[in-house]
Amino acid sequence: MISSTFEYERVSTVAEAIERLQAAGGEAKLLAGGHSLLPMMKLRLASPGKLIDISAVQELHGIVREPDGLVVGALTTHAHVASSPMVREYLPALAQAASKVGDLQVRNRGTLGGNLSHADMASDLPAVALAYEAEVYVVTMDGEETLQAEEFFLGPLLTAMPENSVMRSVKFRTPPSGSKSVYEKVPHPASGYAVVGIAAVVAVNEDNVVTHARIGITGAADVAYRARGVEDALIGKAFTEEAIQSAAVYASDDGMIAGDLYASEAYRRQLCKVHTARALRKLLAQ
Amino acid sequence: MSQKQHVTLTVNGVKRSLEVEPRQLLVHALRDDLGLTGTHVGCDTSQCGACTVLLNGEAVKSCTTLTVQADGAEVTTVEGLGDMNDLHPVQEGFWEKHGLQCGFCTPGVMMTAVGLLKHNPNPTEEEIREGLEGVICRCTGYQNIVRAVQYAAQKTSQQGTAVEVAAAGSGSEE
Amino acid sequence: MASVFGSTLKRREDPRLITGNGQYSEDIQLPGMLYASVLRSPHAHARIVNINTDAAKALEGVVAVYTGKDLEGKIGTVPTAWLPPDSNIQTPPHEVLAVNKVRYVGDGVALVVAENRYVARDAVDLIQVTYAPLPAVAEQEQAIADGAPILHDGVENNVAFHWQAGNATDDVFENAEVIVKQRFRQQRLIPNPMEPRAATAQYNPATGEMTLWATSQNPHIHRFLLSGILGIPENKLRIVSVDVGGGFGAKIACYPDEAMVAYAARDLKRPVKWVEDRRENFLVTSHGRDMVLDVEFAGTKDGDFTAIRVKNIANMGAYLSTAGPGVPTILFGLIVPGAYKIPYAAVDVYGVFTNTTPTDAYRGAGRPEATYLLERMVDLFAAEIGKDPVEVRRRNLIQSHEFPYNTAMGLEYDSGNYEVALDKALAMVGYEELRQKQQELRSQGRHLGIGVTTYVEICGLGPSQVAGAVGFQGGLWESATVRVHPTGKVTVFTGASPHGQGEETTFAQIVSQRLGVPFEDIEVVHGDTNRIAMGWGTYGSRTTPVGGNAIAVAVDKVLEKAKKIAAHMLEVSEEDVRFEDGKYSVEGAPTRSVTIQEVTLQAYLAWNLPQGVEPALEGTAFYDPVNFVYPFGTHICVVEVDEETGDIDLVKYVAVDDCGRVINPMVAEGQVHGGIVQGIGQALWEGAVYDEQAQLLTGTFMDYAMPKARFFKEFETAFTETPAPQNPLGVKGIGETGTIASTPTVVNAVMDALRPFGVKDINMPLTPERVWNAIEKGRQEA
Repeated sequence: MISSTFEYERVSTVAEAIERLQAAGGEAKLLAGGHSLLPMMKLRLASPGKLIDISAVQELHGIVREPDGLVVGALTTHAHVASSPMVREYLPALAQAASKVGDLQVRNRGTLGGNLSHADMASDLPAVALAYEAEVYVVTMDGEETLQAEEFFLGPLLTAMPENSVMRSVKFRTPPSGSKSVYEKVPHPASGYAVVGIAAVVAVNEDNVVTHARIGITGAADVAYRARGVEDALIGKAFTEEAIQSAAVYASDDGMIAGDLYASEAYRRQLCKVHTARALRKLLAQ
Repeated sequence: MSQKQHVTLTVNGVKRSLEVEPRQLLVHALRDDLGLTGTHVGCDTSQCGACTVLLNGEAVKSCTTLTVQADGAEVTTVEGLGDMNDLHPVQEGFWEKHGLQCGFCTPGVMMTAVGLLKHNPNPTEEEIREGLEGVICRCTGYQNIVRAVQYAAQKTSQQGTAVEVAAAGSGSEE
Repeated sequence: MASVFGSTLKRREDPRLITGNGQYSEDIQLPGMLYASVLRSPHAHARIVNINTDAAKALEGVVAVYTGKDLEGKIGTVPTAWLPPDSNIQTPPHEVLAVNKVRYVGDGVALVVAENRYVARDAVDLIQVTYAPLPAVAEQEQAIADGAPILHDGVENNVAFHWQAGNATDDVFENAEVIVKQRFRQQRLIPNPMEPRAATAQYNPATGEMTLWATSQNPHIHRFLLSGILGIPENKLRIVSVDVGGGFGAKIACYPDEAMVAYAARDLKRPVKWVEDRRENFLVTSHGRDMVLDVEFAGTKDGDFTAIRVKNIANMGAYLSTAGPGVPTILFGLIVPGAYKIPYAAVDVYGVFTNTTPTDAYRGAGRPEATYLLERMVDLFAAEIGKDPVEVRRRNLIQSHEFPYNTAMGLEYDSGNYEVALDKALAMVGYEELRQKQQELRSQGRHLGIGVTTYVEICGLGPSQVAGAVGFQGGLWESATVRVHPTGKVTVFTGASPHGQGEETTFAQIVSQRLGVPFEDIEVVHGDTNRIAMGWGTYGSRTTPVGGNAIAVAVDKVLEKAKKIAAHMLEVSEEDVRFEDGKYSVEGAPTRSVTIQEVTLQAYLAWNLPQGVEPALEGTAFYDPVNFVYPFGTHICVVEVDEETGDIDLVKYVAVDDCGRVINPMVAEGQVHGGIVQGIGQALWEGAVYDEQAQLLTGTFMDYAMPKARFFKEFETAFTETPAPQNPLGVKGIGETGTIASTPTVVNAVMDALRPFGVKDINMPLTPERVWNAIEKGRQEA
C-alpha cells in the first residue's frame, strides 16, 4: 500500500503552518502523528498534494493545568495523555479513553489534535471532550478562535475547524469538585474503534443527589453526542441503581444512531443503554 | 515523482543518510534502502504490528510513519535488539517459551513487547494481552507469546536492569 | 543417552527468526531487480471492452505493462489439481490475466513492471480499462438458482461438480425413532497468514534456468504446475521457499501472480519481485469454508446414533483453485461419521461457481466443517432425547478394542482410545461440578454454558493409491534423504515444506534418536527444489506422519549399511553386532565397539569396506504410507453469556489431544494453541461478507476480525499417547486438531448457555449482536 506522491515540509511554528496551508490553496494537509491521515492516503482515499509536518512545533506539545481545567497541546500523544499524573487525577475518563485509543504503538504516535480533527465517528476522544465540556483552541489566519466541543464535531470526518487553521490545544474542564468520571468502551473486534464509547461525569451533593451529569457517547451515531436525555433524568435525583436504570433508557435518544456491518442500529441502541448504565454503576460504586 | 529529500537516521546506533521520496514509508527505507529485512509488512491499515520498530525508544508502526517524519530520529529494529551472542531478554523469552512459529510477525511482536516492558516492567497476564492489541499473530494462539513476555519481565527484574536497547532516547515532551 | 524423541527442545528455526535473519520471499534482494504490481478488477463480473496502457507505459520508471491479450498463447492457464471422480467436474480455463471477462473482484487485468514498487503502484492507476458490468452473484444457492448470472460458458447453473458418497437411504430415516434436522452455514473465512504472498523471479539467459523464490507450502507441486504454465522444463525451474510466514492452506494453491512474475523476469531478462499487499491478500489469495449444509441425523430414544445424511452446497468462487474441489468432497465427506459408530452415512455435494475469490483448503480443510455439523447435531440430538451430551457421546464412541474400525464412509480408522481422552478432559475441567455451578448461576440469572467435542481427524495425507482413487492429481508419499557427512554431521533433506510448524527441530529429533547422533549435529533442509529430489509438501497434517516417517525409513537405510561396515570393522558377523545410542558393539563384549561417526569416516575413506558395500553413507526413502492417520481427542469449553449484550466470555478451555507419539511436547502444544485460536476465530469473530454486487465488504483488518491476544485466557492442554500402529514412528498429525475441535466446542458451549432461552442454533460467527438477537427472539417466543 503506497500513497500518491506529495510534497512534504516540516515547519517549526504555528504561523508558518498557517502560511503554508494558505499558500497551498486547499491542497495541503497538516501532518502530526500521521495515524489518522497516512492510512487513508495509503488506501488512496486521500491524496493531498502537500503535507505540512507540524510535529516539531514546540508550542503544540504538553499539558498545562489551569484553574478550571487542563489544557492539552494538540500534539500531545495519547500515550502521554494516558500516563499523565495530572490527567489521571483530574480527568480520569480522559486518561482512560486515551489509554484505549488504538493500541500501544498507535498511542505512541497518534496525537490528541490529530484524533479530534480527524473526527472519526467511532473515535474515543470526542465522547470525553463532550463530557468534560472541552474547548478547542484554534489558530486561524485572522487570529485565535475558541470552539466548544459540542459545536466542533459536525459529522463523520467533519469538524468546525476553519479553513487554513491549526488546532493549538484543547481545554478539558475539570468537573465540579466531588465529581467522578469514567470511560466505558466496547471496541470493535477488528478495528479497535468504539462500537460505543461512553464518557460519564457525575457529581452528587452530600444528600447523594445528582448535581452535575455529563454523558458523551461516541461510535453509536454519525457523530459523537451529549446524551442530554440521560443527563436530565439524573440531575436532581438521588444517585441510585433505580435512577441509573431509568436514565439509561434515554442513552440513544440524542444521536442519529447508525448501523453497520458489525452492529445494527437496534443493537447499538441496546449497547448505549446497557453501557451507559454500566458506566454509571461504576461511578456509583466508586 | 516528487522531489527527493535528504534524511538522516540513526539506525541501530549507526548514522545513515538517505535520499527519499516524501511518501516513502519508514519500513521501506529500512527494508529496501538499508537492507534490514527483519522488519516486515503484514497489512496496510496499521493493525498487524509486524512492522513495529522503536522510534526514539518507543514502539511505533513503521508502515504508518514516513521516513521523512523520522528525520533526525533514532530507530531500533529487530537487528539492533540483540544477536545470538547477546540476546535481549525478550528475544530469549521468545526462544525459551516457543513464542513464535512462522516467525513473520515475531520481530514486530518483540519490539512491541520491548515497548510495553519499558513502561510496565512487571505486567500482569491481562496487561500483556492488552499490550499486544496492536499485533496480530496467526500461528501461536498468543499463549506462548504471553509466556515469553513474562519470561523477559522476570529475567529483567532478576538482572535488576531496565529493558532498554541501544537507541532508547527521549521521545516524550512535556 | 536421554531420549531426544519426546523431549521439549528449543527450536532450531528460532535463532535466525528472532534476530531478523529470516529469509522470506520478500527478503530476497537482487541487483537490477524490478517490481511488479497487478491491476485488479473492481467489478465482480464484467466484460473487458478496452484496455489502454499508454499512460502507464509512458510513466518514467515503467519497464513493461502486460495485459491478458499480450500474454495469450505465450503462457498457459492455471490448472486445477484435484478432480473428484464421478463428479462431472467442469474446469473452465483460469487465465493468468483476464482476456475478455473478469469474474470476481480482484481478478487480474494487467501487470505493471517498474524500477521500484512506488512507480509500479502509480502506473497501475494510470491504466484505463473500460468494463461492461454484468450481473454478479456471490452466494452459492443464488448461483444455482434459475436465472442466475452464468460465470463460465457451458457450465449450466454454475455447478462445477456434483459428488456423492456413502449410503443412507430414505427408509433408514423413515424408520428412525428420532430425527433431528438442521441447516448450518459454514461462513467464508479468509486464511490471512501474516506473510502475504510474494514472489521474486530470476532468469538466467545463459542456462535457461529460472529461480523463483515464492511463498509456498509445496514448492515441488508449484514447480510441477508452473512448469506447465510457463513452458519451462522442471529441470530448469527452481522454486525456493525456505522461510514462509504461515500458510494455513492459502499457500497450497498455484496462483496467476507467481507465474506472471516469472514470465516477466524471463521476458525482461531482469529479476522481478512482486509482493501482495494485505488488501490483495484479502481479495485474491484463496479463501476457506463457505458451505451451506443441510443435515439429517437419526437415532434411537435411548441415544444410539443410526444415520447421518448431509447435503453440502459449497461455494468454490470464480475458478476452481488447485486443491479446491477436494475440500468439500473427499476431505469433508469421508469424515462425516466422526468418532462414533454410525451405521449409515451419506453426503451429497455440489460445488458452485460464484463471483467471489476461489476457495481452497483452510486449516482443517473439510474436516472442521464435517466435525462442526456432527458435533452440533450430537448436541441437538442429546437435547431432543433429554440426555446429557457427554453421556450420549460416550455411548456412541468407537471403543478402543474395536480398532482398526471400518466406518460407514469406507475408511479404516487406525487406532484410538477415545474414552481415555474424554475422561481426562472431563476431569481437567471438572465437568460434574460445572453442571452444578451452571444450575446455581441460572437461578441467579447468569448463563454459563459447557460445550464438548469428541473428535477424530483424518490426516497424514495419504497413501498415493488413495490419492489417485479420489482424484488428487499427484502422489502423496514423501521423500527424505539422510546424508551423514565424513565428520559425522548429518544433513536431512525433506520433501515436506514446513512454514512455522517447527520440523527443522522435530525432524532433527527423529534423526538424533534413531541414528544416535547429537541433535546439534543435524541440519534439516527443506523448501528448495534444487536441493531436494522431490516432495509433496506440507498440508493436511502430513508433515510428521508422512515426511517424518520418510526420514525414519531413510535413517534405517543408513543404519543397515553402517551395520555392515561396523561388523566388518569389529571383525564379527552382522548378527553379532548390536546398535544402541549411536554405537555398534559386539554382542556379549560391549567394550568392543565403534561409534556411528567412526563407521561413517570409514564409509567415506573406503579403504577397507566389506565386499559389495559402496562408499559413502546416506539413505534415501520415498515413503508412501499404508493408510491415513487418525488423531482424536476431547475439547471442552466453558463460556458465560451476557444476556444484556450477547457478549461471550471464554471462561475456560481444556484440550486433550492424541496425536500418537509426541516428538516435542512444546512444539505440539504450540500447534494446539494456534489451532484452537483459529477455530474459535471462526466460531466467534471471523467471516467474510460480500454485498449484493459481490464486493467484499470485509477486505481489511479493520473489518475482518482476526483473533487478538486479549480475546483469550490461558488454555489448558494435555496429550494422551496412543501410538499410531501403521507407521514406524507411531505418530499422527497435530497441526489441525485444534481448529477442527474448537469451533463446535465453543458453539456448543454458547448454545448450552442459551438453553433457557430456547435457542438451538446461531449462524457463525456468533457475534454479540447475533447472540443478543437470539436471546431476544427466544424471550418473545417464550
